[in-house]
Amino acid sequence: MCTDCGCGHDPLHAGGAPRRMRIELDILAKNNRLASDNRAWLAERGIFALNLVSSPGSGKTTLLTETIRQLDDTLVYVIEGDQQTDNDAQRIREAGAPAVQINTGKGCHLDAHMVGQALQSLNPSPSSLLLIENVGNLVCPASFDLGEAHKVVILSVTEGEDKPIKYPDMFAAADLMLLNKVDLLPYLDFDVDACIDYARRVNPNIQVLQVSARKGDGMDAWLDWLIKGMNRCQLASERDENSD
Amino acid sequence: MHEMSLAEGVLQLLEEQAETQRYHKVKQVWLNIGELAGVDVDALTFSLEVVCRDSLADGAVFHIVREPGRGWCLQCSREVELPTRYHGCPHCGRYQIQVTGGTDMRVGELEVE
Ligand SMILES: Nc1nc2c(ncn2[C@@H]2O[C@H](COP(=O)(O)OP(=O)(O)OP(=O)(O)O)[C@@H](O)[C@H]2O)c(=O)[nH]1
Ligand SMILES: [Mg+2]
Ligand SMILES: [Zn+2]
Repeated sequence: MCTDCGCGHDPLHAGGAPRRMRIELDILAKNNRLASDNRAWLAERGIFALNLVSSPGSGKTTLLTETIRQLDDTLVYVIEGDQQTDNDAQRIREAGAPAVQINTGKGCHLDAHMVGQALQSLNPSPSSLLLIENVGNLVCPASFDLGEAHKVVILSVTEGEDKPIKYPDMFAAADLMLLNKVDLLPYLDFDVDACIDYARRVNPNIQVLQVSARKGDGMDAWLDWLIKGMNRCQLASERDENSD
Repeated sequence: MHEMSLAEGVLQLLEEQAETQRYHKVKQVWLNIGELAGVDVDALTFSLEVVCRDSLADGAVFHIVREPGRGWCLQCSREVELPTRYHGCPHCGRYQIQVTGGTDMRVGELEVE
């Protein structure tokens, strides 16, 4: 035991003057490690996973329920993240897909550990589609990899066209932006071109689709994007199996 | 406020390192936080203070070293400074920029005993 302070450590350090040491460790290392585990687990099974992020109320759950209804011959699983309630998971189940609700309490984002646990209880089938609805928040979820294939950011036209530059980290992290609630455009002075231009400033490679989850505009292009992604994902997992 | 989770991550690292590097008290910590890492430094400092209470890093001084944002302009084929993700290239004004630096969050250095 340490004779200096009785801390229970061996005496090696006792009486030692303060020492400096360089460690250079990534603060997110643990989350990133768990995210890689999730990614490997999903890849083995050819499951195409998306992390849907947006501010509160931009239409994530509506988009998911419509997607589930329209992809009726595809196996879709959902992980729902909200601070409180399981309202959204209920809406998903009513639309016909198995769902697990994660309540983060005060937490403002999902992390890879929560998603890993949800995967265990949801146990999605091989070659299925996994949609993860993150907590409504345009800031925090950007930093936390969950193991998804892509982040998809949803921005509704009632939020204003400058969101991509006000919350650039999220738009930089996403591969696809869905501009939702386009059915409301006639009633607003939202500038679609300016919005897309802002998004491309922070992320020159971001893809953009304009949709109305409520009225159905643009849903075909979104479903097509999903199916192509699922096919790519399945092919990759079959290739890996054959090379084993 | 993901700064609270980041602060918890920092404390976890300090506790893990205490085992392998054999220390029992953390006096000072130097954190490297990129300008483009999406971190509110005041919120992080506050969270660290709260999270470290009654831990091996209680009362430790946290120094936050900012690393500038950098990018590669595809038009100019050169590295440029990038104060934010929505800045254009200071030379050609375009936005075809690949971020190359300033997104890291690391625990760089410690003073321990
Ligand atoms: N007009 C219109 N309303 C929409 C559209 N999509 C969603 N809404 C409405 O927007 C409101 C919020 O939708 P949700 O799907 O609950 O949004 P969310 O992003 O899941 O919300 P949180 O989970 O609370 O962050 C609801 O009243 C929806 O009916 C759309 O395309 N057009
Ligand atoms: Mg929702
Ligand atoms: Zn340039």
